[in-house]
Amino acid sequence: MSDRLPGFATLAIHAGAQPDPTTGARATPIYQTTSFVFEDVDHAASLFGLQTFGNIYTRIGNPTNAVLEERVAALEGGTAGLAVGSGHAAQVVAMHCLMQPGDEFVAAKKLYGGSINQFNHAFKNFGWNVVWAEPDDIGTFERAVSARTKAIFIESIANPGGVITDIEAIGKIAKNAGVPLIVDNTLATPYLCKPIDYGADIVVHSLTKFLGGHGNSIGGLIVDGGTFNWSREKRYPMLCEPRPEYHGIVLHETFGNFAFAIACRVLALRDIGPALSPFNAFLILTGTETLPLRMQRHCDNALAVAQWLVERREVAWVSYPGLPGDRYHNLAKKYVPKGAGACFTFGLKGGYDAGVRLVSNVKLFSHLANIGDTRSLIIHPASTTHRQLTDAQKIQAGAGPDVVRLSIGLEDKDDIIADLEQGLAAA
Amino acid sequence: MDHDSYDDKYIRGILNTVKTIAMVGVSANTSRPSYFAFKYLLERGYGMIPVNPGLAGQELLGRKVYARLADIPEPVDMVDIFRSSRHAIAIVEEALALSPRPQVIWLQLGIRNDKAASLAEGSGLKVVMNRCPKIEYGRLSSEIAWMGVNTRTLTAKKARLFGRGIQRMALNRITVAGGATDAAVRAQKPDDAGQ
Repeated sequence: MSDRLPGFATLAIHAGAQPDPTTGARATPIYQTTSFVFEDVDHAASLFGLQTFGNIYTRIGNPTNAVLEERVAALEGGTAGLAVGSGHAAQVVAMHCLMQPGDEFVAAKKLYGGSINQFNHAFKNFGWNVVWAEPDDIGTFERAVSARTKAIFIESIANPGGVITDIEAIGKIAKNAGVPLIVDNTLATPYLCKPIDYGADIVVHSLTKFLGGHGNSIGGLIVDGGTFNWSREKRYPMLCEPRPEYHGIVLHETFGNFAFAIACRVLALRDIGPALSPFNAFLILTGTETLPLRMQRHCDNALAVAQWLVERREVAWVSYPGLPGDRYHNLAKKYVPKGAGACFTFGLKGGYDAGVRLVSNVKLFSHLANIGDTRSLIIHPASTTHRQLTDAQKIQAGAGPDVVRLSIGLEDKDDIIADLEQGLAAA
Repeated sequence: MDHDSYDDKYIRGILNTVKTIAMVGVSANTSRPSYFAFKYLLERGYGMIPVNPGLAGQELLGRKVYARLADIPEPVDMVDIFRSSRHAIAIVEEALALSPRPQVIWLQLGIRNDKAASLAEGSGLKVVMNRCPKIEYGRLSSEIAWMGVNTRTLTAKKARLFGRGIQRMALNRITVAGGATDAAVRAQKPDDAGQ
C-alpha cells in the first residue's frame, strides 16, 4: 500500500514546519541569530565540509528560512529550495551556478522590466550574455540556442500580466539543447501552475509578491526541480567537477537530485551574500499558509474587473487571458485553469493624460510599483516605471502612453469596481 | 518490490532495525560521499564496519577496515554497497554466503542493479537501491530540512532530539508522507558513478 499524498492546501500549511523540538512552539520560531554554536571542532569541520546537515551562519542557512525553503519546494513539486534576499537575488544566485564569463542564456522578451534590466546590464557586466527570444514565436528560442547556451529563462505568466508562456514547448527545446529551463513562477505561484510538471528544471520566485502576499517583505527563492542530469551534460563545473572551495567535493555525486539547490547555497549564496532575514522569512511563511485561498480570490476578482472594464466606453482594450477571445486564452486554459492571475493591463482611449488622471483619482487602489498585495494596486507605466524610455521603446515594452497596469487585491470586488468607475468618470 | 519509489515506513523500518552496517567501498578520502555517509551514520549510533581491500588492516574513524565481507568477525545487519552497479551481484553473493545472513542490501544513490536485487530478495533480504542512507536518515529525522531539502514528510508532532550532540535529530519522528512530488524518484545520476 502506498503512502497517501497530501493536497496542495495541506502542504501550504504544513510542509517544512513542525513543532519546535525543544520548546514545542507550534508556529515556526524566528531564529533571529547570526550564528550557531558548534559542539566541538570536529562538528564544526563536518558542517563546513558539508559532511553533516546543520546550521553555521545565517548567510548560508537559517532554520526559519529553511522552513520556507521546504514549503515552497514542496508546493512546486521540487526536491529542495533556497531562500534569498529578493527575486533579483534568486536570479543572480541561480545563474552564478550555471554561467561562466562568455556564456549565453536565452530569455523570453516578455519579462518583468526589472529582469530585462538585470539581464541587459548587470549580467553583461559578469560576461553572462542574454540572447532574447519571442515567446509568441517558439521557433525563435530554437534559433537562439548556440554552443555557448547554458540555460533558457522564461516567466510562466509574464509580468505585467496578460501573457501566458508555452512552458512545455520551450521545455522541449531546452531538453534537446541539453540545458536547464528556468521558469520565474512569481505571477502564477504553484497554486495556479507548477512549471516542473511541464519541463522546468529550476523555478525562481519573487516571494515579495503572491507567496508573501501582504506587501510587507522582500524575498526570493530558487526551487531545484531535481530533473536535470548535471553529470551527463558535463558543462556545469559548479555541479559536476571537484570544487576547490570544498576540498574536491563533486556536488552532483554527493547530493544527487538536490545538488543544484546545494550549489546555490554553498557556492553562490555563501560567496555572493544576498541572504534573507529570518524575520522576513517568517512573514512570508505566514503568507504561504493562505496561498490557495488568496490566489483563488485574486483570480476571481481580477476576472470580474476585467469583464467590467471590457464594457466601459473609456477603455480601448483589456489584456487578460482569463477572458474568452483573448489571444492567450487557450494557453491559460492549459497552464492556469484555476485563473489567469491578478495582474493585467488595459488601454485608455484618452491616452497618456487619461492614465495620469486615473491613477490620481482612484481612492481605494494604491498608486505604487509593486504587485501581489492583499490591496489593489495601480500604476501608469509611461509616467512612472518606464518614464525614461522613448515613446517607441515604451510601446515595445508594453508600456505605451495609454497603458494602465492593475494588481487586483482581495477587497470586495464591488468596491474595487466602484473605485475604478469613479476614477474613470473623473478621468 | 517496486524499486522506483519506496514508502517512508519501509525505509524507516530498515534504518530503525539495523544496528551494524558494513559499508563496502568506503573511502578514506574525506571529500568522498562514502566517507561522509560512513562518518554521519557512525555519529548517529550505527555500528559501522568499513570494507575496502585497499585499506584492509587500517582504521577508519576508529573502526577496523576489512578486505571483504567474509572477514568481518561479527554479524552484519545491513550491507551498504558504495560500488558501481557491475560489482553489485558479486557483493550480494558474498553477503548471502555470510552466516548469519544480513537482513538488508542497500545500493547507494546512483546505483541500481535489478538482478542483484532479485538475488537478494529471493533469499528473503530487503533491498533498497539508488538511495543514500545518510540522506534518508536526514530526511526522515528532518535534519536535512536545514538544507532546504523537501523531506516529503509532514507532522504536527514535536520532532525528537537524538539525545546527544547539537543539531542532531532522532529517526523516530511521527509523520505522514508529504510526498507531493515525484521529483525524488527522478534521481538521475549516471548508473556507474563509481563512488
